[in-house]
Amino acid sequence: MIEKPLAAIVSAGLSKFGKLDGFSAREIFTYAAKEAFDKCPNLDPRKDVKGLYLGHMTESAEHQGHTGPLVADWIGLNPVPAVRFENACASSGVALRCGIQAIKSGFVDVIMVGGVEKLTHLATSDATEYLALSADNFFEQWHGFTFPGLFALIARAHMHEYDTTGEQLATIAVKNHHNGSLNPKAQMQKEITLEQAMTSRVVASPLRLFDCSLISDGASCVILTKPELAKRFSDTPIYIQGSGQASDTIGLYERDDLTSLNAVALAARDAYEMSGMKPKDIDVAEVHDCFTIAELIISEDVGFCKKGDGGKLVQSGDTAIDGNIPINTSGGLKSKGHPVGATGVAQAYEIFLQLTGQAGARQVNDAEIGLTLNLGGHGSTAVAHVYSTTI
Amino acid sequence: MEEITLDRDETGEILPTIQNFYRFCGHGRLMALKCIECEKLLIPPRIICPKCSSSRFKWIQLSGKAKLRTFSFIHIAPKQFSSQAPYIIGIVKLEEGLSLSGRIIVDKNVKLEIGMDLIVEFEDTVSVGWPQWPRYYFKLAKVIEQ
Repeated sequence: MIEKPLAAIVSAGLSKFGKLDGFSAREIFTYAAKEAFDKCPNLDPRKDVKGLYLGHMTESAEHQGHTGPLVADWIGLNPVPAVRFENACASSGVALRCGIQAIKSGFVDVIMVGGVEKLTHLATSDATEYLALSADNFFEQWHGFTFPGLFALIARAHMHEYDTTGEQLATIAVKNHHNGSLNPKAQMQKEITLEQAMTSRVVASPLRLFDCSLISDGASCVILTKPELAKRFSDTPIYIQGSGQASDTIGLYERDDLTSLNAVALAARDAYEMSGMKPKDIDVAEVHDCFTIAELIISEDVGFCKKGDGGKLVQSGDTAIDGNIPINTSGGLKSKGHPVGATGVAQAYEIFLQLTGQAGARQVNDAEIGLTLNLGGHGSTAVAHVYSTTI
Repeated sequence: MEEITLDRDETGEILPTIQNFYRFCGHGRLMALKCIECEKLLIPPRIICPKCSSSRFKWIQLSGKAKLRTFSFIHIAPKQFSSQAPYIIGIVKLEEGLSLSGRIIVDKNVKLEIGMDLIVEFEDTVSVGWPQWPRYYFKLAKVIEQ
């Protein structure tokens, strides 16, 4: 039995997401780190922070690897141990889980966990190619499969099995763009109409442009500490109560069921079990909407609705900011942006804001319990965390 | 099978590698590994059976007959495929029960549907760059009369 809470988040930072011309990854991360340090005056970074775990997917983009110590140096943390985590789009979700384990093990009292990605200087075809690296090269990419294509295969299967419609997918895009319009750090702070989404160009049928998340630059971080030390650094820490991670086949074709993401269901099950929470206890959730179909399926697989009812769930309005289970209040990957390595901890950042009442125009009333679900690739990795305002 | 250049171990057994799978493709054969212990069929070939952890396999030739499980028309493609876009990708269920991903190559006027009968075909050239293997793909099992 693992004692709870697992860890506390005492501060968090997020760079602006978007096309950050003129800034390299190390500089972008510094803006996220600076926000976290500035918001936590009781923390002396050089003295208190004993490590950096950094999610970062593709060194090809900047021809720059070894980003752990690089970024640690840039934010003034040298000589603490600094490690880069690569689990595709789940890189920083995995870094967060390992950060929790570092705290739990007693190796460190305070650690910074975050993620960064710099992609917008690339040609779209190069970015598409790098992002596709997380599928099965010899049986997918090398045959011309793209990431939108792989999620399109999932979408087509879900539509066939459950009569899910393009309109239901577009409704997710409209909702997340609305939420993003309320987030000053979002890449696309503008509303879209259902018609715009449904008539946008086809990227990989049945998915259209507005079903796809964005190519983004950005960085995210949180400061983790032991629950018993949390109040030393913050009057309003939040607590991590459950953590789950699971893996699935690297090739989509090897799965018997294409309409469900098994790693998501398993990661969520473990995070719920550890936290003692159930889907109905969750007040606000950030889930991995790299494509609209991903949010739809994750909402089913984490138990917010019955299998096959994800489309009906979004159409009911229940996943809007004022609904029963608000999903992606930040705007999600769809509108806030998707700097791959930063995404998992960016989800934790939004939950930190929501649970500490700092989410401004997109604040969910009385949010006390939060969930994040970060996906790697087409579900070969999934990481879930459950957060609360009280011990 | 003797005429095919395959990677073998010191006892002469054909190694259960992805390269050997594609070398068979170059000779018009869609081959799977069959686990001798639990009879599970595998594409891609693996060195340890994911079901029973055995390492005893034999290669068997599949019929190449398949049914379409799902598909997508790719309109935005990576650089090396962009001249071919739009093109079709899919996942098929092979007659023997296992699934495989691949390109679906059909005439423009064919309306694809889940469950359609397909059959494997092989490119007669190897790909440019690494890895240098011939690719398989799937086409309609029979020509549909318009």
